[in-house]
Amino acid sequence: MLGFFEKIGDNFLYYLEQAGRMGVFLFNCLINAFKPPYKIGPIVRQIHFIGARSIFVIVFTGAFTGMVLALQGYYTLTKFGSEGFLGSAVALSLIRELGPVLASLMVIGRAGSAICAEIGIMRNSEQIDALECMAIDPHKYLMVPKFIAGVISVPLLTFVFDVVGIFGGYLVGVGLFGVNEGAFFNGMYSSVTWQDVHMGVVKSLIFGLLIIWISTSKGYFLHYERSGGFGAEGVSRNTTNAVVLSSVTILVWDYLLTAILL
Amino acid sequence: MEKDIRPAVIQLIDVEKSFKSQQVLKKVNLSILEGTTMVIVGASGQGKSVLLKHMLGLLKPDKGEVRVFGKDLAKISKKELKEVRQNYGVLFQNVALFDSMTVFDNVALPLRERTKASEKEIKANVDEKLSMMDLQGAGEKFPAQLSGGMQKRVGLARALVLNPKVVFFDEPTTGLDVSRSNEIYRLFYRTQQQLKYTAVIVSHDVPKIFKLADYVALVAKGQVQGCMSPEDFQLSDLSEIKTFVKETMGPIYSSEEEEMGFYETL
Repeated sequence: MLGFFEKIGDNFLYYLEQAGRMGVFLFNCLINAFKPPYKIGPIVRQIHFIGARSIFVIVFTGAFTGMVLALQGYYTLTKFGSEGFLGSAVALSLIRELGPVLASLMVIGRAGSAICAEIGIMRNSEQIDALECMAIDPHKYLMVPKFIAGVISVPLLTFVFDVVGIFGGYLVGVGLFGVNEGAFFNGMYSSVTWQDVHMGVVKSLIFGLLIIWISTSKGYFLHYERSGGFGAEGVSRNTTNAVVLSSVTILVWDYLLTAILL
Repeated sequence: MEKDIRPAVIQLIDVEKSFKSQQVLKKVNLSILEGTTMVIVGASGQGKSVLLKHMLGLLKPDKGEVRVFGKDLAKISKKELKEVRQNYGVLFQNVALFDSMTVFDNVALPLRERTKASEKEIKANVDEKLSMMDLQGAGEKFPAQLSGGMQKRVGLARALVLNPKVVFFDEPTTGLDVSRSNEIYRLFYRTQQQLKYTAVIVSHDVPKIFKLADYVALVAKGQVQGCMSPEDFQLSDLSEIKTFVKETMGPIYSSEEEEMGFYETL
């Protein structure tokens, strides 16, 4: 019986320690982001990696999300004879909810996992120790460009996702089912307010920060992993953990932010 | 050791370190004097690399002090630690080159991040260090395209690019053949003559490494068993050192009969 409580206590302390470490890590990264020197080159490279190279997957998933929304929406709305609301249904769902969440999930799968693996391998092969010994702060040198790029890229990718999604909805709604084009767009103009756009932007900004925070810190603290962060298997296990944790965190924060911003 | 009047650059005072229930360092005391070469030897798993990581400030002792230039590394701020490390150059056991960067960028990194030198100055400095290491023309290659010996030389070039006061070598010749090892030792000797740095070498390569050492320290059972000149070390009466010298420099065979038997089978 004592063993059981010991185990619970042990787990509690482990996760508390991990949360503390990640908190201090985030603090250090944010502080360093405002400290000079400001180097644009590494940030641009990271925006290219996190943002530009995610465009294809964002356009693809955005288009199909918009199309399926129109498909489902049309099916439901025709039951009430209100297919004229299709435009606003598609746009509101995308801008307020699906755009930020799905774009973030795509970035996690494409860039978050790669970032975690990259930092984890650098940790395992003592490259991060080498940076520290060269008096180069790994937070400033490695993490800050990723954080800034994440906060810039995820909102932009979300915009792309929203626009392509609405276009996908238009194709299915207007093109396939023959919903009136004027009703589709007019409904959208009248129902979507700046507050909805604001909600989407705030969400995507915070999601961008969360993705980079979890991915980088999981890689950075690989050596503290209880399951053993050594070798290729350690990196792969940790990368999986980072993807799962980021995805779950995004969904939980999505609920919290919606509740706060509504 | 007492006769040497040079000031201590690094001092370890009663350093203790445990990982979970395993105590790796037990009251370690060691002084590394300015301009000298300290070689730390010992069997695998005795805590040599842990000792080195304490000197680098990568690990903090549970008890005791690690003083570098008179500052206790456990008590100074992050900024001060960074200032201390600006005097360091490190050649890691697995070299730890940045594998996604070219050789040139690897060596240039400390200059780009820590100095305000122009790209022209950086190029001149990096080219000089690369040619010092006989690595002309390798600048555009990636670390994975180089042999083990070349990687070590790139690591050494990177460690020396900012003319550090103290250079740490963690097993500098592990995995290299005899001629490549000798090449690293020659480069070490040549660069130390030029740059006058204090060197801390963790090595297995006994007795060859003794030729480079001013002092040799044996780490065994979590403690420094003795720190003395290489000549004194080989003649020491201290039981741990005696055993180490016998095991590393003595005959391979435990008896004459065994050796004879080996040749007969050949």
